[in-house]
Amino acid sequence: MHDSTFDIDLDRENYDIKLEEISKIEGAASLDIKIRNKKVEDLKFSINEWKRFYTQAIRGKPALAVPQLVSRICGTCSNAHLLASVKAVENALGIVPSAQTKLLRKLLYYGLIIRDHALHLYIFALPDLFGKSSILDFDENDPVQHELLDDTFTVKEAGNQLSIVSGGRSVHAPFVAVGGFLKLPSLEEIKKQKESLLSIRPKIVHLIDVFAKSPFKQEMKEPVSFTALKSEDFSFLDGQLCSTDGTCVPDSQFNNHLNAVIIPYSHARGFSFNGKLFMVGSVARLNLYKDALHAKTKETAAPYLARFPSNNLYDNNVAQAIEILHAIDASVELIDSCTELVPEAPIKVPPRAFKGTGVIEAPRGTLFYELETNEQGTVTKGEIIVPSGQNQILMERAIRELVEELVMQDTPKDAIIDQVERLIRAFDPCMSCASHFLKVKWR
Amino acid sequence: MEKKIRVGWFTFTCCEDSTVMFAELLNKHYKEWLPRLEFVHARILRAEKSTTIQPMDIAFVEGAISSDEQEAKLKIIRAQAKVLVAIGSCAVVGSPSNQRNFFNPEQLAEIKPILEKFKYKEKVLKLADVVTVDESVPGCPMNEQTFLAIMSKYLHA
Repeated sequence: MHDSTFDIDLDRENYDIKLEEISKIEGAASLDIKIRNKKVEDLKFSINEWKRFYTQAIRGKPALAVPQLVSRICGTCSNAHLLASVKAVENALGIVPSAQTKLLRKLLYYGLIIRDHALHLYIFALPDLFGKSSILDFDENDPVQHELLDDTFTVKEAGNQLSIVSGGRSVHAPFVAVGGFLKLPSLEEIKKQKESLLSIRPKIVHLIDVFAKSPFKQEMKEPVSFTALKSEDFSFLDGQLCSTDGTCVPDSQFNNHLNAVIIPYSHARGFSFNGKLFMVGSVARLNLYKDALHAKTKETAAPYLARFPSNNLYDNNVAQAIEILHAIDASVELIDSCTELVPEAPIKVPPRAFKGTGVIEAPRGTLFYELETNEQGTVTKGEIIVPSGQNQILMERAIRELVEELVMQDTPKDAIIDQVERLIRAFDPCMSCASHFLKVKWR
Repeated sequence: MEKKIRVGWFTFTCCEDSTVMFAELLNKHYKEWLPRLEFVHARILRAEKSTTIQPMDIAFVEGAISSDEQEAKLKIIRAQAKVLVAIGSCAVVGSPSNQRNFFNPEQLAEIKPILEKFKYKEKVLKLADVVTVDESVPGCPMNEQTFLAIMSKYLHA
């Protein structure tokens, strides 16, 4: 519930704000703010999802079965968990997927990027720009709002279908396995997606423009570094981990540069990178390697790309919209290049003891998997680090800075709540992911 | 104009894959459904208008029950809904969110501090362990065809 309660007996300089369930984000989170003498005395952003203990649950399971299980960590970005865990197992076993497998995985993934970013931008973030509570409240008699309402569902459907055709379903894609595809998609069906992808392209160009014109701005007072898996073709699935602080590390070393920070009141843990405040996600990717975007995307989005690198947290929305355009352009090129699908079964290798890492860029940022097995190929240890956990400290710090500013300006409490929720949405946090399991030691 | 059907969409412990499936089903069905449905509660679609759970014709509930507060909230939803539909595997049978129910002693010892600190229930429950469930849409994620059949049944009732 979106329970916002105030202690109205207190004066304008002393009051509490309690948001029990923040709306229009993926999963459950809450916020508690205590204002005393016109200062933020305490502010807690907590992830409220009840843990399902996946890191524990995968122990004792065959490594080959892990991807379809961890996919259930998150319904929104299930295919990101699927492909990151597949990559961890393949890296460890020395399996090099075929060119055809790589192509199909990219199409599956671009479908996710379109569908997932579109859910966030149209359904979660867009109502804030129009001063509405919901996309469902958009005025059908207003041509702009009517068009955006229709675009919401047309765009999502194009991404949804691309993933369904490539992976068998857009959520927990059943065709995907370690070493390849259990069932191959139909070439004819894949070819058909080109038309719907091209049909949504102008809608996305419009969407980029809508978010680029947003008046919202929030920059952190202290320096923030941005990290992402830097790839040559902006495929989200390959590359080297780089930070705007100049560091580049092999993906297997990612974990060594992250410092876990326990947040006692939250069901999840936060992180710093090389000891510093950092952010992952679309804005991080564009800040680091916008030159790797598809040539057509760069051409069309040139006026909007000029703002990156950007420190405005709201530019994460613009970056997501540009990534949808890239996903469309890159998918169309892949579909054009695809002339046949040859029957090939997933590559199999005998089980052995291993330790493998798999890192990809999930829609919301870097997703890290590390799996260890025994000689029978049974998982003995697993580590999963999700993007929203990495962003949690920055997010809380950003909320605090915003609230401090608003309190000083005597902003009414309901306006504070609106602005705070809007800022949280700019991060596009995913609470289901953040709470899969955390190895927390309580003091 | 026909009276709108008052619906709620609620999520307990799960990965929200059925919420995503529902959001994707809206792509093809929103023109048919939206004029007929009033979303009384649906955190994914809008901020709540009310701090208490309102009377509903249909409550769609996904996820399993992990805590006493979730159990209490589910009972209120049940009391306020004419029809309660369990959505997806975690709501219908408890899995996979109930995987800790099957942990060995070593795994249980590891998670014990968290269970105690945040007052988790000893076992994760499916909805029917707590309340009467009128309709079920099994599947991980929920089976699309079963869901569409239930929507059709109540839209044309």
